[in-house]
Amino acid sequence: MTAVVEFDAELPWQRARSVALRPEPFGALVYSFSTRKLSFLKSKQLVAVVESLGEHPTASAALTACGVSDAQRPAYLKALADLARSAMLEVRA
Amino acid sequence: MTAVVPERPVGGRLIDQFEYGLDAPICLTWELTYACNLACVHCLSSSGRRDPRELSTAEAERVIDELQRMQVFYVNVGGGEPTVRPDFWHLLDYAIGHDVGVKFSTNGIKLDRARAQQLAGTDYVDVQISLDGATAEVNDAVRGAGSFATATRALENLAEAGMRDVKVSVVVTRENVGQLDEFKALTDRFGAQLRLTRFRPSGRGAEVWDRLHPTQAQQRELYAWLLANGDRVLTGDSFFHLSALGEALPGLNLCGAGRVVCLIDPVGDVYACPFAIHENFLAGNVRSPGGFQQVWQSSELFAELRSPQTGGACTKCAHFDACRGGCMAAKFFTGLPLDGPDPECVQGYGETALAARAGDLVTPRSHLDHSHRGPVRGQPTLLGIPSMPAKICDESPLAGLRPA
Repeated sequence: MTAVVEFDAELPWQRARSVALRPEPFGALVYSFSTRKLSFLKSKQLVAVVESLGEHPTASAALTACGVSDAQRPAYLKALADLARSAMLEVRA
Repeated sequence: MTAVVPERPVGGRLIDQFEYGLDAPICLTWELTYACNLACVHCLSSSGRRDPRELSTAEAERVIDELQRMQVFYVNVGGGEPTVRPDFWHLLDYAIGHDVGVKFSTNGIKLDRARAQQLAGTDYVDVQISLDGATAEVNDAVRGAGSFATATRALENLAEAGMRDVKVSVVVTRENVGQLDEFKALTDRFGAQLRLTRFRPSGRGAEVWDRLHPTQAQQRELYAWLLANGDRVLTGDSFFHLSALGEALPGLNLCGAGRVVCLIDPVGDVYACPFAIHENFLAGNVRSPGGFQQVWQSSELFAELRSPQTGGACTKCAHFDACRGGCMAAKFFTGLPLDGPDPECVQGYGETALAARAGDLVTPRSHLDHSHRGPVRGQPTLLGIPSMPAKICDESPLAGLRPA
């Protein structure tokens, strides 16, 4: 069992290597080949954030780079935390 | 009729997005063969005899390649009895090797110790054993003599081999709905997971639907049971019509036909859903140019199904947002209009609609029937079942008052 950890937006994150992302008109579908769980990214901007996590030193920096406004930030952080909790995201080594 | 593709809204609830369809199905059902060693009275695909036009191994591999390209992450494989196809084990490995996970339904006939061990050692495969009674008496009356023993022996072999997350798949009927706790206990005994799905009047199921579909009182019991046990029991989101009783059941409360699910049948025909094997719901064939992707993304039928329902009797109902009008196949095969209530509508509108059908109405039948023509060993006859007639007081005021 993995312990529930707080999502730390100051760490370097990436889409987990066992997770595939399928673009859809509303956003994307993400599927974990290890947990066999399916999740949905409900906006194209969130897709952009998830896909660019790996290119930024922190998740915070990815949000800024993708133009997520301060008002939207809490919602995006919650979405990323949910994805991290379901092992869709992982911390880069 | 010209299909006008409606414009998809931006944002909002996922369920509303799903109504407009996806670029590829979330999961799809693929029936590999119409051949089956059993002759279950309620078979949704009227299976029995192999169809000579069945997809070849090479054709099936091409479908898998295409599913991998479209990122369909897993398929529900069924039949017929899929394991009687000689290339079944090869296709299973081929799919897994191409990032297409497989969950297959079987009556257990081929799951001896060696196969159970092979499956336990294979990642990304799920096994689902069909069982329609928690006792041999109830099960064998619909699935055939000896079928309970076959299924439980397969479960034993899988448990012994250490296979995890095996599913026991139950079609809920008037005869077994009283056994839900027993099913749970049986499933727990094998370390498996219980999966309950709705009985629809599809295939041979149409012939026994009046007799076997749960009564209104039983549907309320089922709903209460699902609310109490829902987090530990799988349902394939098939009971969404019950959500009109109050609190929504977990899962996707929406008819996914042609929107998020579909069926590929053994000869490669693509239907809107596994319960809709009928020409009206046939969207195309994977053998045609453009293959499955072309059918999924461009068929006129699927474009129509992806238009949200805006009219019909149900849209005026206070519960429409909960049940969305119920199951398309259940309406169709009982001769009800597709924009009206589900025949098992828990608000009672289905009973009224069924009673109001024209006396000379001939319900639609599939153009396909692969049922065995000769006798089958252990063939179920339903004669052994003590029939449980709908009690008028338990039902809508119109129950039993159907015009002769």
